[in-house]
Amino acid sequence: MARINLEHIRHAYGAKPTSEADYALREVHHEWNDGGAYALLGPSGCGKTTLLNIISGLINPSEGRILFDGHDVTQLSTQDRNIAQVFQFPVIYDTMTVYDNLAFPLRNRHVPEAEVDRRVKEIIEMTGLGGWAKKTARRLTADQKQKISLGRGLVRSDVSAILFDEPLTVIDPEMKWVLRSQIKRLHRQFGFTMVYVTHDQTEALTFADKVVVMYDGQIVQIGTPAELFERPRHTFVGYFIGSPGMNVLPAKIAGNTAAIGGESIALNFLPKIKPGAKTELGIRPEFVLLGREGMPVAINKIEDIGRHKIVRARFADLPISIIVDEDGEIPAEPRVTFDPKAINIYADSWRVGEEA
Amino acid sequence: MEKTWNNKAWFMVLPVLVLVAFSAVIPLMTVVNYSVQDTFGNNEFFWAGTDWFLDVLESDRFWDALTRNLIFSAIILTIEIPLGIVIALNMPKKGIGVPICLVLMALPLLIPWNVVGTIWQVFGRVDIGLLGRTLASLGINYNYVQNPLDAWVTLIIMDVWHWTSLVVLLCYAGLVSIPDAYYQAAKIDGASRWSVFRYIQLPKMKRVLLIAFLLRFMDSFMIYTEPFVVTGGGPGNSTTFLSIDLVKMAIGQFDLGPAAALSIIYFLIILLLSWIFYTVMTTSDAQG
Ligand SMILES: Nc1ncnc2c1ncn2[C@@H]1O[C@H](COP(=O)(O)OP(=O)(O)O)[C@@H](O)[C@H]1O
Ligand SMILES: [Mg+2]
Repeated sequence: MARINLEHIRHAYGAKPTSEADYALREVHHEWNDGGAYALLGPSGCGKTTLLNIISGLINPSEGRILFDGHDVTQLSTQDRNIAQVFQFPVIYDTMTVYDNLAFPLRNRHVPEAEVDRRVKEIIEMTGLGGWAKKTARRLTADQKQKISLGRGLVRSDVSAILFDEPLTVIDPEMKWVLRSQIKRLHRQFGFTMVYVTHDQTEALTFADKVVVMYDGQIVQIGTPAELFERPRHTFVGYFIGSPGMNVLPAKIAGNTAAIGGESIALNFLPKIKPGAKTELGIRPEFVLLGREGMPVAINKIEDIGRHKIVRARFADLPISIIVDEDGEIPAEPRVTFDPKAINIYADSWRVGEEA
Repeated sequence: MEKTWNNKAWFMVLPVLVLVAFSAVIPLMTVVNYSVQDTFGNNEFFWAGTDWFLDVLESDRFWDALTRNLIFSAIILTIEIPLGIVIALNMPKKGIGVPICLVLMALPLLIPWNVVGTIWQVFGRVDIGLLGRTLASLGINYNYVQNPLDAWVTLIIMDVWHWTSLVVLLCYAGLVSIPDAYYQAAKIDGASRWSVFRYIQLPKMKRVLLIAFLLRFMDSFMIYTEPFVVTGGGPGNSTTFLSIDLVKMAIGQFDLGPAAALSIIYFLIILLLSWIFYTVMTTSDAQG
């Protein structure tokens, strides 16, 4: 268990990076608290695996330092860092039994056999592989193999952190849920620092206390699920979190009014904007209120998804999504207002605060 | 996966069957024909039954040659297989080194047997050969023409030089098929270099090793050209392997009957041993 600091980490796979685009990780500077459960969320190719591999020491970063509890471990090998990591696709030792597979990380570290047996039996129980313990791992199905991979990550009790790289991709939804709750239970029980990579926002939001959103080689926001929802720091977080994502509309900002097409919207604060920046207004579909008053919209389509309805419409000639309650009525001449508390203003894709 | 059975598929293999029949089965049958008959020339043949087989099996000459073959193959396999694995493990996995190593490895394989024999025959000669002269000048008494041990060492080094590459290339093919994730997981699990070899690399190389083992066994057991060129079976009979003996018998002495019987016995031994190796290695694989 450890606090992990990433200090100005940059990484390029090529030998001589010349431009910013050559970096798979552009700049990561971040602290992972001891015992925290983090979800690392982001689209494919944004650098999640690269970041995990840098923490575990499988990759040496091109620039920057990594500290565990204040000690510089940048030059330490994976073995010396004492990190457990579970990979996206199952890795099993074909010729060993399921039991020996799970015991492998412990035996390599010369854990006493009685302790090995206790730990392995716990993991076998947790993953429901009881009947397989003495069988060769090669004959298992893909999701059983992945459970073994997962088990090997969880079997050690002394690790600094456990890193999960999309560990449940190959597992069916119901089992996914079971395993995820067991990982959470282990987290509560032993207090490991855990980083859980996923590109599935529900998975991220249910697993973690803190969600770290990555985009294009950078961490764009770290926050609780509520913070990500209410105050996305970057338009990408707005799009990526929520379903449907945030409406981001090009807007001209003058003082405390935003002009979208011919409509002007009053803001409850004075945004601080550098001249020349591309400005946008973000509002979540939940906070666009549909009724008989406000600015006109043209409705294209209504999707009824059970608990509520999603209205796809055009506002000032821009596409916009609106969420309406299941029993909310949709007037013949629909108009919208934006909840002022829920409006975020973005300059060059980054959220801007209030003028001081 | 379900296999679908379609009897028409047999027509696909028909051309190959015909080819094999003409190239292998029919010549083999003529040998069988010789092995059970006797002749005094003039193309007149008499039924000899199993006489030739018994003759061969009762002769010391056969058993001595067979023993030499077995020892030779055993030595070749114990050297070439581990050496091939070690070299393959140390070859680069990416970069400019890969094609260079592959070409270097493939070179010996491209040289015909008798050329290899001639190279080493000259190389090892005490009067003009580089190796022979060097060893002599170092005070080492090396002479493959007179000393049986030297003759054996020469043949073995020659075979190792010529054929270890085959094992290397097969093993290398097995090694590069291992995804990076396996090595990464092994690092995370704290596996030693030996464990990585034992639990990741060796299992992945198992199939190709089986092939390498069988090929090297069959080939070394049939060794002919090299001893023929380098030692001619000598000194004495010390490098007279079954194949050399066979040629002596069939062409030198024109004993077609015993030679044919010996051919068949020889063939059956290779077949039997290969089958045993194959079965042993694949069943140990299927257990568990
Ligand atoms: N071994 C590698 N060599 C070169 N480029 C790589 C390698 N691994 C990943 N990349 C590149 O780095 C970027 C980030 O990849 P990755 O960390 O795997 O993303 P993620 O796990 O978020 O999908 C991608 O653009 C990918 O193409
Ligand atoms: Mg990845």
